[in-house]
Amino acid sequence: MEAPAVASPYSKDLLLTMYRKMYLIRRFEERAGQQYTLGKIAGFCHLYIGQEAVAVGPIEAMRKDDYMLSAYRDHGQPLARGSDAGMVMAELFGRGTGYSKGKGGSMHIFDIEHQFYGGYGIVGGQIPLAAGMAFASRYRNEDRVTVCYFGDAAANQGALHETFNMASKWKLPVIYICENNRYGMGTAISRTSAVPEIYKRAAAYDMRGEPVDGMDVLKMYEAVKDAAAWCRAGKGPVLLEANTYRFRGHSMADPATYRSKQEVEEERKGDPIPKLRDYALKNGLGADADFERIEEEVKAQVDAAVKFADESPEPSLEELWRDTIVEPGEPDVRPRERVLGVKVENWPSYPSGQELKVTWDLEPRAQAEAADKKAGLTN
Amino acid sequence: MPELMYREALNQALAEEMERDANVFLIGEEVGRYNGAFKVSQGLLDKFGSARIIDAPISELGFGGMSVGAAMVGLRPVVEMMTWNFAILAMDQIVNNAAKLRHMSGGQLRCPIVFRGPGGAGGRLSSQHSQSLEANYAHFPGLKVIAPATPADAKGMLKSAIRDENPVIMFEGERLYALKGEVPEGEHVVPLGKADVKREGTDVTVITWSRMYYFCMQAAEELAKEGISVEVLDLRTLRPLDEEAILASVRKTNRAVIVEEGWALAGIGASVVDIIQSKAFDELDAPVERVTGLDVNMSYAANLENATQPDAPKIIAAVKKVLYRQGA
Ligand SMILES: Cc1ncc(C[n+]2csc(CCOP(=O)(O)OP(=O)(O)O)c2C)c(N)n1
Ligand SMILES: [Mg+2]
Repeated sequence: MEAPAVASPYSKDLLLTMYRKMYLIRRFEERAGQQYTLGKIAGFCHLYIGQEAVAVGPIEAMRKDDYMLSAYRDHGQPLARGSDAGMVMAELFGRGTGYSKGKGGSMHIFDIEHQFYGGYGIVGGQIPLAAGMAFASRYRNEDRVTVCYFGDAAANQGALHETFNMASKWKLPVIYICENNRYGMGTAISRTSAVPEIYKRAAAYDMRGEPVDGMDVLKMYEAVKDAAAWCRAGKGPVLLEANTYRFRGHSMADPATYRSKQEVEEERKGDPIPKLRDYALKNGLGADADFERIEEEVKAQVDAAVKFADESPEPSLEELWRDTIVEPGEPDVRPRERVLGVKVENWPSYPSGQELKVTWDLEPRAQAEAADKKAGLTN
Repeated sequence: MPELMYREALNQALAEEMERDANVFLIGEEVGRYNGAFKVSQGLLDKFGSARIIDAPISELGFGGMSVGAAMVGLRPVVEMMTWNFAILAMDQIVNNAAKLRHMSGGQLRCPIVFRGPGGAGGRLSSQHSQSLEANYAHFPGLKVIAPATPADAKGMLKSAIRDENPVIMFEGERLYALKGEVPEGEHVVPLGKADVKREGTDVTVITWSRMYYFCMQAAEELAKEGISVEVLDLRTLRPLDEEAILASVRKTNRAVIVEEGWALAGIGASVVDIIQSKAFDELDAPVERVTGLDVNMSYAANLENATQPDAPKIIAAVKKVLYRQGA
């Protein structure tokens, strides 16, 4: 093979890790789709196929303790953050061994051990939550960043505009990644948006906003690495518009007849998974055998996940009465501890109200008084 | 015991809890430099600084949801809604997120947050500004809903709400803020979920909460002059309802009147009637009566506004009805 002109800045290890994670999502989603048609999964099931790079690039660029949350198209991110594939699949199956004991299903994956703060089913509803998590980090003087995903159609929710205004005004360390797959269900984003380039909306809030090629995992990686450094430096929020495409329908119930075959065929040529493989091969950072090995391992992992889900029991009926109200002294549930009996050490803990010292001056008095003066107020 | 206004009692609770726990912060419109639309947060910005007393933009959904997010990762936000009418814009975050986080996460997350502000009629404010919306929130599993009537309860219940591990919805009242009452100093904590017999009686139980409590007490005094002994049960917490206290009182008096500022259909009173009829039917000597706001939108005109709301004469009439002493 020809030697590349410029050496790649990436390690083989990083590229293979990204490949493994993207392939895991792809394989998991293919099997989930299949299990849905078999009737093992019900309700709404939104697959991530085609969008894998948008999850995996950022996750490799983040710290393990950075927070993340997403909408209902939410199988990909937790898998890439390290969630147990069997327990995610069990949640899709509605089994007691799922991350949320089968109470949440496909749209509500939560894995706090891996800092994945949930999938949310109300379009745009997670956007303010992310700002609040970033607010808490700022309040406690931590340099943690929050990464929040939402769809192109969610950009038209008032929640986004209200939140961007506050996040920018208070310089909150939050990265918003708009997964622009060009459709909200069956409606092309250009049909419902006066400004279909979502990243431009950041300008209205004096906030950094950029488009990114969401079909290129390395571009996503670079964009989030840079944005995270920006956030940690206290410069405020960032909006990244990841231009991507879902290869399947909106959910398993959607045959996606509103798109032409041609369009889908064209987009499939930009598949992020072979793209990364080609890049690695071209740069001598992996051989065919590496990728074949990864694929075999992932296939076995996902087979085992399906088997685990299928063999798991439904939640017990007593579960109906749990997890609505927190009773005094009741601890939080650590899913892998509950299901697999392993010790989960990695659980968020924060200073108590007596230990915590809040040093942040969100609106310095002089600044507030200057603004009042400018407005013509004197007292 | 010192006498405090309702708003001062709330201010004391906030200051004490913020002193006690640096994770507690207050956010809302005008809570900082303006000292609160109803002066509940008077002086707190100077005491706690601008990261803990936060002047929010007029974005109820935005700062409501942002606070839910902060609660998910260990802070304890108190969100002041200028009034509950405006909080309707935040209902998505309260109902779809705060109330469901524990459930959706299968017990991984908790959401210790207080949403508080005035509910009910403020006086001559017409239909958009005069609603009693507690029944709406009481409907949702995953929330607690409180509506204290007295300054002492306001202080003690706000302290409990801030310490609670769940989302708590607190209804205060524009017409309650200036009312005075004795308030214990320092550590005065009133448990959530417990009703309070504010006046003992033997002939009839009048069940109420929030501002209607004062009309009920007035009615009870009037009726006492006629030899009618009224027990006034202040529910204080609307979710969960204190079934035990409701049933204990009704079993004693065998008659009940429920007084509610809000509308009758799907009101809290309807649920109280249900508890009574299903668990104490045999002990009733008369059908339960309800006195509620009229099933219309609130008007600005003074006479129309007054006629829309419950008052002492309406309560007296209802009590006499359950005693079969109409026209007596
Ligand atoms: C507030 C709200 N309105 C409508 C829906 C129904 N709905 C679910 S997904 C969706 C489209 C969202 O599209 P987008 O934000 O682009 O995300 P994508 O599905 O493409 O990932 C709609 C309308 C909803 N869940 N929430
Ligand atoms: Mg979309």
